[in-house]
Amino acid sequence: MTTVTMTVNGKPVSENVEGRTLLSTLLRDDLRLTGTHIGCDTSQCGACVVHVNGEAVKSCTMFAIEADGAEVSTIEGQANADGSLNVIQQAFQDHHGLQCGFCTPGMVMTTASLLKENPKPTEAEVRTYLEGNICRCTGYHNIVKAIMAASGQDVSAIAAE
Amino acid sequence: MYAFDIERPTSVADAVAALKDEDAQALGGGQTLIPTLKQRLAAPSKLVSLTGIADMQGIANDGDTLRIGGATTHATVAVDTADTYPALADLASHIGDPAVRNRGTIGGSLANNDPSACYPAVALASGATIITNTREIAADDYFQGMFTTALEDGEIVTAISMPVPEKANYQKFVQPASRFALVGVFVAKFADGVRVAVTGASNEGVHRWTEAEDALSADFSAGAIAGLTVSADNLIADLHGSPEYRAHLVKVMTGRAVAAAS
Repeated sequence: MTTVTMTVNGKPVSENVEGRTLLSTLLRDDLRLTGTHIGCDTSQCGACVVHVNGEAVKSCTMFAIEADGAEVSTIEGQANADGSLNVIQQAFQDHHGLQCGFCTPGMVMTTASLLKENPKPTEAEVRTYLEGNICRCTGYHNIVKAIMAASGQDVSAIAAE
Repeated sequence: MYAFDIERPTSVADAVAALKDEDAQALGGGQTLIPTLKQRLAAPSKLVSLTGIADMQGIANDGDTLRIGGATTHATVAVDTADTYPALADLASHIGDPAVRNRGTIGGSLANNDPSACYPAVALASGATIITNTREIAADDYFQGMFTTALEDGEIVTAISMPVPEKANYQKFVQPASRFALVGVFVAKFADGVRVAVTGASNEGVHRWTEAEDALSADFSAGAIAGLTVSADNLIADLHGSPEYRAHLVKVMTGRAVAAAS
């Protein structure tokens, strides 16, 4: 066992982990931050996306030890300070960007990365950026609409009106 | 996953020492290795992470050649070579998905030599030199078949020296579920000739298409390869495409790459 120390959603944490402990396991099982979801465990679905030092990563495909010393952000840290939904979360609610909600934590975290890199993406850029996030309910249209709305753009032209 | 230890050395020398243990395995970004471990297709006793080694990070430009650290992520390559080698940046920006690109590394990709990976194509077409902790290996000698390279046990890809062509382009026919290349062709035009590297197509892994190189070296236009045919012999057959389909794609993608080269 190795002790890892990191900041998760602004709070310092320290845990003993095995070499094979995944970051997703540390977050969910040790820290009980179960908003980060495990959909496929094969690096394909993106439900487990979190930010490590500001960059989106699949937490099921990174060892906890590799996040030693890092700043980690999860879906639990996304709401505003007063507990209200942030702009992205609110847009997903307003535009019905989810049905079962399982993929939503990863979608929100990926959206945050996209809008940091590209504050006003086109619809095509949004769809391309979501390549690593799978949703089996929505057909993506309302997710795309929510992301366009979160970026402050007109959503009237988005498909599936 | 079976249990194993992980070390995170901060120097190449410490990593090389850690890899001397029996069954020790180098870990790059882990975007291939970790899923492999989860499926229990590999059982190393120890992983040696290369992501904490500062000397293996980042990109230096010494005129006509880029030196890319082996632990540099695809995302960093995509951003930092956009001005110096746009075709390389474009290739890197289409590997996997954004989260994969933030972890996966060029050295890891080249060490794995997946027959459908993108980086082997740019390395071979550019006439890159693979730099390890012990030696420098020309790309023409480095790639030795599907998942096979010239690397010895415990040898680490510390950097890649990548000559920048006059013109280049990469065309990937994407296998949409995996984002790997069903067929990918990288065309690189240098002052002394054209190099064409094909990935995703062959049971032998990445390889050069020399007939196209000769034709394009004489006439760098998409029409120059019109009369060539690609043999389906020893091309990959799977549920995504037959050897004949891949042979067709090699020529089509080469033509598109030439037409788009800049």
